[in-house]
Amino acid sequence: MVPITVYLIVAAVLFGIGTLGVLISRNIIIMFMSIELMLNAANLALIAFSRALNVADGHAFVFLVLTVAAAEAAVGLAMVITLYRNRETINIDRFNLMKW
Amino acid sequence: MSEYSQYLFLVPLFPLIGFLLNGLLLGRLPRPLISFIGCASVGLSLVMSALLFFDLKGMPPEARLIEQTLFSWIPAGSLHVNIGYLLDPLSAVMILVVSGVAFLIHIYSVGYMHHDPGYGRYFSYLNLFTFAMLTLVLADNFVFMFVGWEGVGLCSYLLIGFWFERKSASDAGKKAFIVNRIGDFGFLIGMFIIFWQVGSLEFRTVMEIAPTVFFAGGALITTVCILLFVGAIGKSAQIPLYVWLPDAMEGPTPVSALIHAATMVTAGVYMIARTNVLYLMAPDALLVVAIVGAVTAIYSATIGLAQNDIKRVLAYSTVSQLGYMFLACGVAAFSAGIFHLMTHAYFKALLFLGSGAVIHAMSSEQDIRKMGGLRKYLPVTYWTFLLATLAISGIPGFSGFFSKDEILWKSFSSQFGHPIFWVIGFITAGLTAFYMFRLVYLTFHGQERMDEHTKAHLHEAPKSMTVPLVVLAVLAVIGGWVGIPHVLGFTNHFERWMEPVMSQGARSAESHALAAAGGHAGAEIGLMVASVALVLIAIFLARMFYNKRPELATDFREKLSGIHRVLLNKYYVDEIYGAILVRPVVYLSLFLWKIVDVVFIDGLINGLATAYSDVSQYFRGVQTGRVRSYATLFVIGVVVLVAYVVLR
Repeated sequence: MVPITVYLIVAAVLFGIGTLGVLISRNIIIMFMSIELMLNAANLALIAFSRALNVADGHAFVFLVLTVAAAEAAVGLAMVITLYRNRETINIDRFNLMKW
Repeated sequence: MSEYSQYLFLVPLFPLIGFLLNGLLLGRLPRPLISFIGCASVGLSLVMSALLFFDLKGMPPEARLIEQTLFSWIPAGSLHVNIGYLLDPLSAVMILVVSGVAFLIHIYSVGYMHHDPGYGRYFSYLNLFTFAMLTLVLADNFVFMFVGWEGVGLCSYLLIGFWFERKSASDAGKKAFIVNRIGDFGFLIGMFIIFWQVGSLEFRTVMEIAPTVFFAGGALITTVCILLFVGAIGKSAQIPLYVWLPDAMEGPTPVSALIHAATMVTAGVYMIARTNVLYLMAPDALLVVAIVGAVTAIYSATIGLAQNDIKRVLAYSTVSQLGYMFLACGVAAFSAGIFHLMTHAYFKALLFLGSGAVIHAMSSEQDIRKMGGLRKYLPVTYWTFLLATLAISGIPGFSGFFSKDEILWKSFSSQFGHPIFWVIGFITAGLTAFYMFRLVYLTFHGQERMDEHTKAHLHEAPKSMTVPLVVLAVLAVIGGWVGIPHVLGFTNHFERWMEPVMSQGARSAESHALAAAGGHAGAEIGLMVASVALVLIAIFLARMFYNKRPELATDFREKLSGIHRVLLNKYYVDEIYGAILVRPVVYLSLFLWKIVDVVFIDGLINGLATAYSDVSQYFRGVQTGRVRSYATLFVIGVVVLVAYVVLR
């Protein structure tokens, strides 16, 4: 049986890649996908714990997270489309009006 | 209780309704309707007053009192103030005079204000004034009286500044209001002390309890009386607060007649007569009243000698006559003071209305040096004006003679009197006759000094103006016949009538005078003859100077040019007040504005705001508006927190 540590390491690596993607990328779509990556890293960790501790709570959480992620994707993509229509770009650095 | 007593509240109510109708529908009504509402409301008041007067007259003298409490106004702890009316012989005389003169002046105004764009506003103010004045004289307690007191002050302000687009008029209005405020302050403090000591502010209660609470002749009662008198000084334009009255002539002439001659300015005299019980307990205060009255009388009469504005001469004459009334009050001859108040209301209102007719005819010219010979153009005005002049000068048979002579005699014979008071009053009588006849001769006699254009427009006033003149002229002649002194073989009905209002002390002072008169009938007759002789000489001199040989007047003026200049400039009192009172206040205000307000208060507020914005200069750079930098900071924050939790 694969030890839980391995799962957690994979989850941490996935999470780190997602975080870096959000921080580094200028493209909103890529940022968006990076966030999905982070969410799924969290899902992996939840499932691993759930199995190791032999309780079902983690599974339930994962379903919730998946639902939220789906809703978020719908709303987020709609916003991206609207932004693109207005500015002809999806470079996040161009959307910096909300400042002093 | 009598037939009409439950309708007492209607007397002040009618003008209030008139004010509301004209005031709320300002300018929407056609002019004839405005005039009708304005005059009819006061006319109904007059009818009501007359009915109540005869009601009161039908009662036995000691029972002449009608009280009506409408409702409780201020019930606060031990302070309890009612909206209540009190009709006794004193207020009965006052409401008759006020509503009567006001009615005539309302009618006169219909003609005088005919072309004015502010016609509706004018009549609503005039009605409001009548309401306030009737409230003042009918109130049964100090607080309600103070409401009327302030109400007439407000209307006076509004009407002096009626032509507010003229700066001098709005300035004069402000001056009147501010100077009156000084007096009101004294009145209020006096009222507070009375409440503190007596625990009530109802006239009847105060007058009953006061002798048991205050120590007669003590410092406290003297203070109270002097404070009340300060209020009277302000309202009735006595030295040192008289300066507002001559400037008040900026208002329309009927207003000067009603407010600044016949009614409002006599409120102080009425108030002192109303509180005569208190004054008789404070002989020192009485002395102050008498001195202020006497000095004011002679002082303003001398100013009247040299003025050239027809209304200003009359204004100083009013101040002088008010001085007479206070002199009477000061020698405890309260009913004589009220008697003179009444006759003065008739003849002075007539003089002002007559001057209004002259100004009307002269296309708004007020300088008597540019008049002359108006007799043949304005016959009705001339004859009525002449009758009023004879009355104010004190020619025997006319109303002013009886009232003025009674004051002169009382100031000589009363136990509070002194021959010096008589001498001052005597000289003032001569001066009065002189400046009044100077006015008559310069205005109505001699050469016609107006320009051709004005002359072409000369015309007698319309009926609505001449009829009130004639009615007032009749009153000015016969008004004094109710109070012919005992020594001439008549009963002094007026004094009898006022008797129930006067306290025991006043009555004893009166009877003292009466006894003295009995003993010195010869003296009274002698003084009377002396004053009449002086008046006749003064009239003769005025005729010499201003009619027969005008070059004499010019000569005289040149010889005494120093004195003339001082009189012409009213003793420079306005300038002195300006220098020692007004200017320091202006400078203090400038200091408070420019330094305290602008530098300190504004500086504090603005400084606080500037400080915040300066500090935020350094921090606002954090808010870049770039999503990725926010995310970076967020991640760093999370890492730090997690590290803290894990490594702790």
